[in-house]
Amino acid sequence: MMQALREPTAEMEVIYQHPAALSECRTHYCPGCTHGIAHRLLAEAIDELGIRERVILVAPVGCAVFAYEYFEVDGCEAAHGRAPAMATGIKRSCPENLVITYQGDGDLASIGAAEILHAAARGERITTIFVNNAVYGMTGGQMAPTSLLGQKTTSSPAGRMATLTGYPLHMCELLSGLQGSTYIVRRSLHDVRHIRQAKKAITTALRVQMAGLGFGMVELLSSCPTNWGLTPEQAMGWIETKLIPQYPLGDYKVTDEAKALEKAG
Amino acid sequence: MKVECLFSGFGGQGVMFAGQLLAYAAMDAGLDVTWIPSYGPEMRGGTAHCLVVIADHPIGSPVVMHPQVAIVFNGPSFDKYEPLVAAGGLLVVNSSLVPRSSTRANLTHVRVDATQIASQLGDTHLANMVLLGAALTARPLLPLPAIERALDAHLPERHRHLLAPNKQALAAGAEVLTSP
Amino acid sequence: MPKELLKGNIAIAEAAVRAGMQAYFGYPITPQTELLEYLSARMPELGRTFLQAESEIAAIHMVYGAACTGVRAMTSTSSPGYSLMQEGLSYIAASDLPCVVVNMMRGGPGLGNIQPSQGDYFQMTRSAGHGDYHPIVLAPASVQEAIDFTLLAFTLAEQYRHLVILAADGQVGQMMEPAELPPLLPVAEERPVWALTGARGRGKNIISSLHLRAEEEEIANQRIQARLLTICANEQRSTEYATDDAELLVIGFGTAGRIAYSAVEAARAKGLKVGLLRPQTLYPFPEDRLSRLARQMRSCLVVEMNAGQMIEDVRLAVAGRIPVRFYGRMGGMVPMPDDVLTAIEEAYALHAAVV
Ligand SMILES: Cc1ncc(C[n+]2csc(CCOP(=O)(O)OP(=O)(O)O)c2C)c(N)n1
Ligand code: SF4
Repeated sequence: MMQALREPTAEMEVIYQHPAALSECRTHYCPGCTHGIAHRLLAEAIDELGIRERVILVAPVGCAVFAYEYFEVDGCEAAHGRAPAMATGIKRSCPENLVITYQGDGDLASIGAAEILHAAARGERITTIFVNNAVYGMTGGQMAPTSLLGQKTTSSPAGRMATLTGYPLHMCELLSGLQGSTYIVRRSLHDVRHIRQAKKAITTALRVQMAGLGFGMVELLSSCPTNWGLTPEQAMGWIETKLIPQYPLGDYKVTDEAKALEKAG
Repeated sequence: MKVECLFSGFGGQGVMFAGQLLAYAAMDAGLDVTWIPSYGPEMRGGTAHCLVVIADHPIGSPVVMHPQVAIVFNGPSFDKYEPLVAAGGLLVVNSSLVPRSSTRANLTHVRVDATQIASQLGDTHLANMVLLGAALTARPLLPLPAIERALDAHLPERHRHLLAPNKQALAAGAEVLTSP
Repeated sequence: MPKELLKGNIAIAEAAVRAGMQAYFGYPITPQTELLEYLSARMPELGRTFLQAESEIAAIHMVYGAACTGVRAMTSTSSPGYSLMQEGLSYIAASDLPCVVVNMMRGGPGLGNIQPSQGDYFQMTRSAGHGDYHPIVLAPASVQEAIDFTLLAFTLAEQYRHLVILAADGQVGQMMEPAELPPLLPVAEERPVWALTGARGRGKNIISSLHLRAEEEEIANQRIQARLLTICANEQRSTEYATDDAELLVIGFGTAGRIAYSAVEAARAKGLKVGLLRPQTLYPFPEDRLSRLARQMRSCLVVEMNAGQMIEDVRLAVAGRIPVRFYGRMGGMVPMPDDVLTAIEEAYALHAAVV
């Protein structure tokens, strides 16, 4: 059993606590899944920016389908892939609110490719957290548009072949070419250093929306030990050695205005 | 004749396979049979169950509220299904993981130290066969050799090396009831 | 062929392969994903086309394209995906193309859940997408029927050049039962004369559902309606149990029908004169048989895994001659035989009351 925690007293300094924006419930994520880390980072960023009461979260269809349960913010559930369209409707009706979509790679890059493309092209003032784990997690590990060549999945049992199913889809590269996008970056969640960088990017992306600039997206390379058939530790290694070479980390588009915000933060 | 058998436990305890084995044996014996799993979010890490219906005539519903036989592999399954077993039914309990006993007078209650016996045989995963052996001895729906033949025919390739231990586990389960 | 213990999803996939399906396009969705996963290995093995589409919208339009070339094409999905396919289905039907679509219904509306349901009855039988037509809808209740109806679906689709929906639910997809698969049929070498294969040595073929002049669109509609009349006259299918001397008729399709069968068996054991009609085609609805049976009954009880959808077709067939009662569960809940039995007893008791 854990020792009962003491309530902080006046002379104690709080250096770590449960984010107010994160619900105090158990998630259903598998052990070693980085969806939990992504949630925590987003919640911390929301707290630090003091925007919890302004946020409206659009949850995806995918393992993060219950995201609206896990954040203490207003939330709703989109149909598979349609979160950016739903977020557009929300933002246009409540421009003062901060609208966030949280989407997996099947949701965002496959069935919802049209919605994300057009939200970005319109320069929609929303923030998208894009969790790329190179498979369909929730339905049991089928091939995603982001699956690597040669990657064995339950719907590419012989490994993904370019001749049959083409090549991995690079969303940051794609969306950064659009005039409407303002802040498009890729980060990873495989170790502490990268997690810190991811947090910083999420914070900047939210600032971009607060400043009323254009579309912002943070892609997070993420683990799915369950469907990769790896231990949690091996899965972190797989991100580093397999995913990152295919999906290089970095800033794909940061406009000058966004850069200024980044520095100010 | 129509009998419903429920298998319930944690995912990974071989619950589904024990049910399928019974279904294969019933089919090979020329009986009608249905096997239906629980499927859904509770599959991940939570409890898993399957229901096997065996009959000598066409089967209607593959689901029932009150199965005649329930084989429970763990505590949560005991709590859920012990009250639901049909009156006059058979409840087989893995006593290694379920300390509680049934207080119901209108059913046959068999407790088998299955995980313990399986671990003595070298692998706790064999507990499913121990429990099946015990259940079919308490209520001989099908003879044990029929189950052994089903094992010969349907044990997945990657578990082939466990054929003999599986059969030993079946026998060990039967022995719990036959030994004085 | 000997019987094998087969899971519904796999049985349908393999039956389609053996029926000569040349192209499959689909998108993962529980509780039919195993069908897609199975075909991802099986189709390439035979040198046939398997492709995971980027969405159900894309999947049905890929099927539309394949069907235009005259190959046997199929897709499978579950309720939310079936909703997305509506557009393509309407184009396929309007273009007189044979095509088979499997819908393993799950609890809804909305995202709902993945448990078995029959909530899409209206959506499947009334139309498919916009426009004025019905697809043929087949409703298997067992793994064997799922196999047989998969073969039948391809046959009917080609015979009538019409859209055929195989309407099952998560329970049929997940259940294992002994069943017999047909032998592997050779794939048809010949393409139909209307197929798009390139206008070599013949006039050009065109497949289009565009008729700008209302007069022509009406003619196109009349063609579809004439075909539907033939289908209604020839293809009504149902199965019955203990209807000979029955006074109460229980009616249910698919999983609900087979659960009702158990309840009817139990009612018979109690000496109640109860029978079962299980529609196997939902469109065309077996109204001829039902309307004949209704003459001998004192009432009927419709059992469904929805709020009451097929009951509208039952009322039309019964035409007010006898009372039509209802027992249903919704949202992915499966009725238990005991509950159906109670509903039967209650309905039966009302017979005595009116004597
Ligand atoms: C229209 C529709 N099609 C299919 C599905 C089934 N489905 C649920 S989640 C999912 C994929 C999720 O994968 P991803 O977006 O990569 O997220 P992850 O689960 O990996 O986090 C699919 C195909 C659905 N719910 N709705
Ligand atoms: S299936 Fe994969 S993505 Fe989904 S919760 Fe488990 S590890 Fe995470």
